Amino acid sequence: MQPDLSQPPQPSSEPLLQVQELKVNYGAINALDGVSLKVAAGQIVSLIGANGAGKTTLLRAISALHKPRSGSIAYAGRSLVGLPPHAIVRNGLCHVPEGRMVFANLTVLENLRMGAYLQTDHSVVEREMDYVFTTFPRLKERLRQSAGTLSGGEQQMLAIGRALMGSPKCLMLDEPSLGIAPLLIKAIFEKIVQINREHGITILLVEQNANLALEAASYAYVLETGRVKLEGPSAQLRHDPEVKAAYLGGR
Amino acid sequence: MSEFLQQVVNGLALGSIYALIAIGYTMVYGVLRFINFAHSDILMLGAFAAFFLAPKAQAIFGAESVLGAISVILLSALICAAIGMLIEYLAYRPLRDRPKLTVLITAIGVSLLIEFGCQHPAVFGPNPKAFPKLFPAADYHLQGLTISTNDMVVLGSTLVLLGALWFMVQRTKVGAAMRAVAFNHHAAALMGINVSRIISLTFAVGSALAAVAGILYALKAPAIEPLMGIQPGLRAFIAAVVGGIGNLPGAALGGLLLGALETFAGGIPGVSNYRDGIAFAILILILLFRPAGLLGKLQHEKV
Repeated sequence: MQPDLSQPPQPSSEPLLQVQELKVNYGAINALDGVSLKVAAGQIVSLIGANGAGKTTLLRAISALHKPRSGSIAYAGRSLVGLPPHAIVRNGLCHVPEGRMVFANLTVLENLRMGAYLQTDHSVVEREMDYVFTTFPRLKERLRQSAGTLSGGEQQMLAIGRALMGSPKCLMLDEPSLGIAPLLIKAIFEKIVQINREHGITILLVEQNANLALEAASYAYVLETGRVKLEGPSAQLRHDPEVKAAYLGGR
Repeated sequence: MSEFLQQVVNGLALGSIYALIAIGYTMVYGVLRFINFAHSDILMLGAFAAFFLAPKAQAIFGAESVLGAISVILLSALICAAIGMLIEYLAYRPLRDRPKLTVLITAIGVSLLIEFGCQHPAVFGPNPKAFPKLFPAADYHLQGLTISTNDMVVLGSTLVLLGALWFMVQRTKVGAAMRAVAFNHHAAALMGINVSRIISLTFAVGSALAAVAGILYALKAPAIEPLMGIQPGLRAFIAAVVGGIGNLPGAALGGLLLGALETFAGGIPGVSNYRDGIAFAILILILLFRPAGLLGKLQHEKV
């Protein structure tokens, strides 16, 4: 029987990624003040909230770019706290950072190869690259171009493609809609859902555009000043009067 | 005409040495955004390493043998690579997330420590030491042009090293990782790149090149002493800035340009005493019109 690709896979009981009571400080400021969340394997989970709510800090703490003051981060049953960033990538947890951060001084091809930096099996690199090209054909046309010359939308495609090169089990996306032409945003979100459905890659999506985020995700968390204010299935949050008023433009 | 060509040869030979040193400054600036002032002392340590290794090589390979010279140069480069990595590990790594000024002052401190530590009688002592001949020296005359084996070795090894460096940085995975780290540490770490290891490697490569440059410089100089790195180091640093700090071809170009300017200014009758003044005045003019250096771009991220 063909798997039904139109529906998200059913969440399993054991979460792939679990954050508990995470606290991160910037000097005297509590950027995260005890955040807990769960991402089940195969799901798309969204994290919404205003600027400065701590969304980016959370992803950066998971990737070990920030050191948490306390709390735990478990991924595939292992604790990530104390590991260096490059060891976390090795476990298949890939992070597409805010502002894309493609290597502007490298070509598109070199950027993609950097995404597969830890992969020693050349056939796997080829396979992932083929998948990236099927997902984002535009990248194939720009292979020899330096990444700094790409448009914002193309850079976002490259940033996602580069993360896919690392054969992720879980992908963390930080504001994929930031600074991108409205027409492209929709296309990129369709790709994100497609990546999840086709490859079963679990996605933790940080997004300021709550409409888009709730549409793509099956479950969502609302972050406010470093705490989880609300959580629930996306369909439910979309009709929550508070969320509507604060994040969905009051509709 | 032949006098002009002679100056070109002399300028290229001197400039090659500056280029090799300048690359170390620019590489470290590329990945860490600060000037490693201790770099000028690495070249002195390279010369001293060769000074102590030469008699041993002579005992094995015989006097002034090519094989002996190559092994002395390679071993000195390896020793300096290790010293460079050690300096980064001990002095700069603990300050990775501190303001750049802190690191800069630390670099000056490391430099002074090496310079004056080495002047202690128990280390090298302050007195100049005659540098041994590493290979058979001869002068070749070609239509009024004098080219020494020394010049040929300097030009040849610089060319080979620059080519190898270009290949490593542009064509290998580890070179791409270096460029990725130069662009952004966090983004590189998210690719699974061990940023500290790449920075270590950058120091190793830069220091090895400085060691070779130090030996080549010592071969031209009458003697070596613990402060010998200051003059060529300062010039190479300026060469790196003129070429566009952070830019590898720029460092090579800046080094060659500075070597040529110094040589030509020194050859003008009557003003040869002012050669540094003339050379640096021209460099200041270049920076006035191209503030980011000859090949540098005014931007936040550079290779």
